[in-house]
Amino acid sequence: MSKPESEEQPAKEAGVPADPVIEGGEYRIEDSWSRLAGITPARIALGRVGTGLPTREVLRFALAHAQARDAVHAPFDSARMAGEIAALGFETLELASAAPARDAYLRRPDLGRRLSDASRAVLRAGAFPPRDLAIVVADGLSSTAIHAQAVPFLAAFKGRIAEAGWRVAPVAIASQARVALGDEVGEALRAEAVVVLIGERPGLSSPDSLGLYLTFAPRAGRTDAERNCISNVRGEGLSHDQAAFKLAWLLGQALARRLTGVSLKDESDLLLVNGQPPAPRLG
Amino acid sequence: MPYRHVVGPQTYLFADLRELMAKATPLRSGDMLAGVAAASAEENVAARMCLAEVPLATFLSEALVPYETDEVTRLIIDTHDASAFRPISHMNVGDFRDFLLSGVATGEVLAALAPGVTPEMAAAVSKLMRNQDLIAVARKCRVVTKFRNTIGLPGTMAVRLQPNHPTDDPAGVTASILDGLLYGCGDAVIGINPASDSLPVLSELLRLIDGIIQRFDIPTQACVLTHVTTSTEVINRGVPVDLVFQSIAGTQAANASFGIDLAVLREGREAALSLKRGTLGDNVMYFETGQGSALSANAHHGVDQQTLEARAYAVARPFKPLLVNTVVGFIGPEYLYDGKQIIRAGLEDHFCGKLMGVPLGCDVCYTNHAEADQDDMDTLMTLLGAAGVTYIMGIPGSDDVMLNYQSTSFHDQLYLREVLGLKRAPEFEAWLQAMGITGPDGRLKTQRGNHPLLVAARELAA
Repeated sequence: MSKPESEEQPAKEAGVPADPVIEGGEYRIEDSWSRLAGITPARIALGRVGTGLPTREVLRFALAHAQARDAVHAPFDSARMAGEIAALGFETLELASAAPARDAYLRRPDLGRRLSDASRAVLRAGAFPPRDLAIVVADGLSSTAIHAQAVPFLAAFKGRIAEAGWRVAPVAIASQARVALGDEVGEALRAEAVVVLIGERPGLSSPDSLGLYLTFAPRAGRTDAERNCISNVRGEGLSHDQAAFKLAWLLGQALARRLTGVSLKDESDLLLVNGQPPAPRLG
Repeated sequence: MPYRHVVGPQTYLFADLRELMAKATPLRSGDMLAGVAAASAEENVAARMCLAEVPLATFLSEALVPYETDEVTRLIIDTHDASAFRPISHMNVGDFRDFLLSGVATGEVLAALAPGVTPEMAAAVSKLMRNQDLIAVARKCRVVTKFRNTIGLPGTMAVRLQPNHPTDDPAGVTASILDGLLYGCGDAVIGINPASDSLPVLSELLRLIDGIIQRFDIPTQACVLTHVTTSTEVINRGVPVDLVFQSIAGTQAANASFGIDLAVLREGREAALSLKRGTLGDNVMYFETGQGSALSANAHHGVDQQTLEARAYAVARPFKPLLVNTVVGFIGPEYLYDGKQIIRAGLEDHFCGKLMGVPLGCDVCYTNHAEADQDDMDTLMTLLGAAGVTYIMGIPGSDDVMLNYQSTSFHDQLYLREVLGLKRAPEFEAWLQAMGITGPDGRLKTQRGNHPLLVAARELAA
């Protein structure tokens, strides 16, 4: 076999056209404005092959989508969260929504907003004294986010709680939960306000983003217009310290003014020093 | 009035037209969530068989959402064009499907018919149609609109350049706009979803996009997709606004949840018209819709989500919009569960809009908690391209880094043009050639760093 091949080589050099793909020059076109890519997280200057994306970009996108999908479907490790949050010095309580599994959770948002019968019974059995704040740690649409962000956020927020002297109910760790589940939990825990820490709908570039929803006087039937939201809490977004400061500011206002929602505007930025929150004043 | 259909030993009863329509709808999660979907596959087909025999005229006398309490129903009934309807007034829904697919129903015939077609009629006939029917009939419908260019001509497809940025950073937004223009996108609109709702930020974005359009004399229009009342406010402050945007839905109550009614839309349109910024035409409105928006506002009146979506096009129609698009997979899997449901809904929405004479585009998209991926989007955009979709979105790399969902990309529209031979709006096509971005065949040319847009980028994005 080797002999005929070696005989073909000289024939090519003698004028037989080379592979037209190679002969035609560059088949992968890099965009000459790639330096602009540094000023936006958007996927610009990707280059192209014909009208399509180069292989490297197709694979980079596929990986990001896979990570976002996994963030939605990864099982929520409620027990691990309870252990880590207890280690910060909080009492904890494990609860579940009425959605029995992830598929039902995604199809039936209403189930994720209600407690399971068993969890409701747990809350009814407990004799909870009145508190300023209830904290709900909810998987939401990204277990990845809550696993990564909830504990460091609570570690930062603990200093703000101590600073203000707020009395806090046991931290409820809720599986297959949506934001409105906090209304029922907060009411049962006899809290003036509830904050729900929840995994946000994962984006391609942000599978691990945490959202914080604060609701004054929680009770079933509250609407989103009655909440304040702090979004995009993650390494590349709002830091845990910044988010804890914002939440403390909003909670202080909510307890003083007896409301949350559209009529409570977040003006905590006015208190930042060089863009950073002042440290909690303790003792 | 109850409806009844017999299949062998089984008699299916449907309490009213609303229930019949819902149960005749191809299965989707949103109708299941609302509790209005057919309970079995057979019931679904029985409902379709029953619906096929309902006279079209019934939709003019039996309202699905009460006339007395819903201004959208009143709009539909009170502005119905009886003379346009006359040629099909004797048909039932099944006949209507056959007629639409026949050679008798040419583009001219369908255009004349459009003012006589109510959204409920369009939705009803779509429920009897397979995907290929939805494509074949929509392809015959042509809706042409104009502002600074001509959108919707046969053989063309436009693209909205969507340069969203998580913090509205002007340099970052500019970078995405330049990337899109250099990929030949932006003839439908350069339209940004702002992260902020503050008036100074919105005004800055409007001036930024307008500045690029003016500087390079681009035959296109700008839009910042904010609430209609906010656009009216910035117009009053003297900020350049080309198109006024608003999300709309198919019931008065759902629109109220968006903070609008028909009167507010009229005010917004009049404010935009008063600026007289269009050079070729005065289509100044841009609307977005999507199946499930009424249910999510608890304002669905027991009507299926696809029919309510068609009613949103009836809301759009009298405002003579430049652009209307369904954001088909954005709302999530509780309304459209997977790629199959998203694809079906995209084709239905496009068909219903076009049949009603509305310039329908589609945000071919999905979220990461839906059972869908890029392959499903490739399928839907290719089908919509074949169906003559007015425009699709162009987002860098399909990844909207502000809204956290995936739509079609600058590359995707190149693929569609190549595979289906689709051109851009002619004025924009000519501009791209004059700028050396595309050649005479409409294909992209390879750019060096000295292209005027890139030279300008150094200061614009500084």
